[in-house]
Amino acid sequence: MTARLIEGSEAIAAAGVAAGCRFFAGYPMTPFTEVLEHFATMLPASGGTCINAESELEAVGMAWGAAATGARAATGSCGQGLALMQESFSELTRAEVPLVIFNMARGQGDYFQTTRGGGHGDYRILSLAPIDLGEAVELTQLAFDLADRWRNPVIVVGDYLLAHTHESLDVRPLDFAPLPAKDWVADGELRGAKGSRLVSSLGMDKQGGGESDPERFWKRLDRKAREIAATEQRWESSFTDDAELVVVAYGTAARFARSAIHELRADGIRVGMVRPITLWPFPSQAVREAAERAGHVAVFELNAGQMVDDVRLAVLERARVVSIGGISTDASHFGVGDLLDADRIRKRIERTLRGEEIEP
Amino acid sequence: MSRPILSTDAPPREPATRTHRASPELLLAEQHHMCPGCGEPLAARMILEAIEEMPEIEGAIGVVGIGCYTGFAMSMDVDTIQALHGRAPSLATGAKRMRSDALVFTLQGDGDMVNEGLQEILHTAARGENVTCVLLNNGVFGETGGHMTATTVIGQRTKNSLDGRDAAYHGHPILIGDLIACLDGASYVARSSVHDAKGVIRTKQMLKEAFASQLAGAGFSFVEVLTMCPTGWFIPTAEGPGYLDEVMGSVHVTGELKRDGKRVSPSGSSAGGR
Repeated sequence: MTARLIEGSEAIAAAGVAAGCRFFAGYPMTPFTEVLEHFATMLPASGGTCINAESELEAVGMAWGAAATGARAATGSCGQGLALMQESFSELTRAEVPLVIFNMARGQGDYFQTTRGGGHGDYRILSLAPIDLGEAVELTQLAFDLADRWRNPVIVVGDYLLAHTHESLDVRPLDFAPLPAKDWVADGELRGAKGSRLVSSLGMDKQGGGESDPERFWKRLDRKAREIAATEQRWESSFTDDAELVVVAYGTAARFARSAIHELRADGIRVGMVRPITLWPFPSQAVREAAERAGHVAVFELNAGQMVDDVRLAVLERARVVSIGGISTDASHFGVGDLLDADRIRKRIERTLRGEEIEP
Repeated sequence: MSRPILSTDAPPREPATRTHRASPELLLAEQHHMCPGCGEPLAARMILEAIEEMPEIEGAIGVVGIGCYTGFAMSMDVDTIQALHGRAPSLATGAKRMRSDALVFTLQGDGDMVNEGLQEILHTAARGENVTCVLLNNGVFGETGGHMTATTVIGQRTKNSLDGRDAAYHGHPILIGDLIACLDGASYVARSSVHDAKGVIRTKQMLKEAFASQLAGAGFSFVEVLTMCPTGWFIPTAEGPGYLDEVMGSVHVTGELKRDGKRVSPSGSSAGGR
C-alpha cells in the first residue's frame, strides 16, 4: 500500500481491522459516528460483524460478549455515550475481558472520565491519547495488543479533529511481541471432563466448587493495575534538558502547543514539553523529572482543569504548576474552540514566563 | 414389583453406595445455594439435560444474569459468561455472532430481564438474534428477599407491596412471553412451569424445541419458566407449587405462544398447559 489522503475515523477503523478486530458495536453520536460507519463498511468484508446497537448499554454488552469468546472486539462513542457504559467498563475490568474503546470526545472534558471513570469499585483502564492520525493508527493497534496482553479494557482518546481531519497515511499492520494463548475464553467448546470455562467479574471459577474468595481476587487485580502503572507509562519529551518552563499537554491540544513551542525555540526561548501518550498510567516520572529541572510547569488542556491534578500529584512541591488552558469550545458543542491556535498558546506561554497568571 | 430402592425395615449393614449417577453429566457440583423449595435448580437442570439429549449440539455458551441463579455459572459444565444485571441478551448477541456454531443461551430472572433489561431482551428478539433466552420467572426479586418485579401479579404480596400488588398504585405486570411473541424476529416462544413433574418435563421439551429452532437458524427463541420462590412469596414453602399453579399461572398462562415464527392460537396453547 501507499499513502493516501484518509479521514481520521476511517484510519482508526482501518487500523482496528488491521489489528484483527472482528467485532464492533456502537450507537451513533457525533463526532464518533463516522468511526462506527467505517467499521460497518469494513468489518463484513473482513469476515467480521458490526452492529448498530439500540443503545450504548447494548453496544458495550455486545462487544463484551464477542470479546469473551476470544474475538478482538471494540466499541466507542463520545464521552456522553461512554458515560452510559461506565458500569460495564468496571465489570469488564474485573472480568479481565480485553475490550478496546474509542472515545471521539467533544473536546478534552472527559479526562477525568477516562482516567478515573464513573464505574463502581476499584478498577483501572489503560488510555492512549494520539496526537495525530499517524499516531492514532499505531496506538489503535497497540490498544488491541495491550488489551490482550493485560486482559484489560483500553481506551483510545480522540476528538472531533482527530476523527475528522484528513491526512496522508498508509495504514499498515504493526508487529507486536507474541501474546499468551487465550486459554480462558468462553468459545463454546464442549470439552467435557469439567473443562468448561467461566468469564466472570465476581472472581468465581468453575473449579472453585461454588466458592469464591473476593478479597484474594481483588488484591490480584490491584497487583495487576500496579504492574501496568509501573510498566506502561508512555510519553514524548522535547526540549526538556534546558527548559525554563515545561508545558504538559495531550492529544490535539498538544499538537497546537507543540507548534507554539517550536516557534518559541526558534526564537531562542527555552520552553520544553512533556506529552503524555498514556493518560492512565500517567507518565508521572517523566513529568516529575522535567519539572524538577525546569522548576516551572504549565498545563495546557481544554477543560476547567483536570489533568493538572495528575501533574500536581507527579510534581508535588518540586516545581510551580500552573494551568494555561481552559474551557474552549464553539457553537457546534464539539470542542473546537479558539484556544486551538498556536499564536494564542504562544502568548499564554510567554505571559507565564513573565510570571503573569492566565485567567481560566 | 422390583425390590425397594431403600429398605427401612432394619438399619443398613453396609454403607450406602451409589449405583448410578442420577444428575446430568454437565452438572459440575451437586450442591447449590438455592433454598429448599426453589424452582430454579429444576429449570437449570432441564437446560443441562436438554443439551445432553441433543447430540446435534456441538458447542454451547451460557450467559447468566444477576440473581440467585448466577451461582449456576459455577455448576454448569458449559462455557459461561457472567453478565451485568439485565445485559445478558446483548452479551449473547456478541458471543453468537463470533461463535455461530455454538448454542448460545441466556439464563435470567424476571428482575434481570423484565425490569432492568427489558430493552435488551426486546431488541434482541426483534433483531431475530439467533440465540435462546431463558427466563426464570418467580415474580419477585428473590435474592434481595422478595421485592416486586415487573412480572409480580396483581394481589401478590412482596416486601414492597405488603398488601398485595395494587394495579392503581403499582401498575400492571408485564406478560413478557406474550410481548415477545408479537415481534417478527421471534421464532419460538413458550412458557412452562416447574410446579409439578409434568411441568418440569414440559419445560425440557420446550427448551429442546427452542434449541432446535436456534440450531436451524430460525431466529430468536424464548422459554419462560415459572418457578417457585419459597422465601419471597410470604406463604409456607409447601404451598408454593399450588400458588404458582393457581395464582401466578392464571396470569402468566403456560403453553407455546409461537412456533416456526407463527403465533399459536390460545386453544392450541392449552396442550400441556392450563
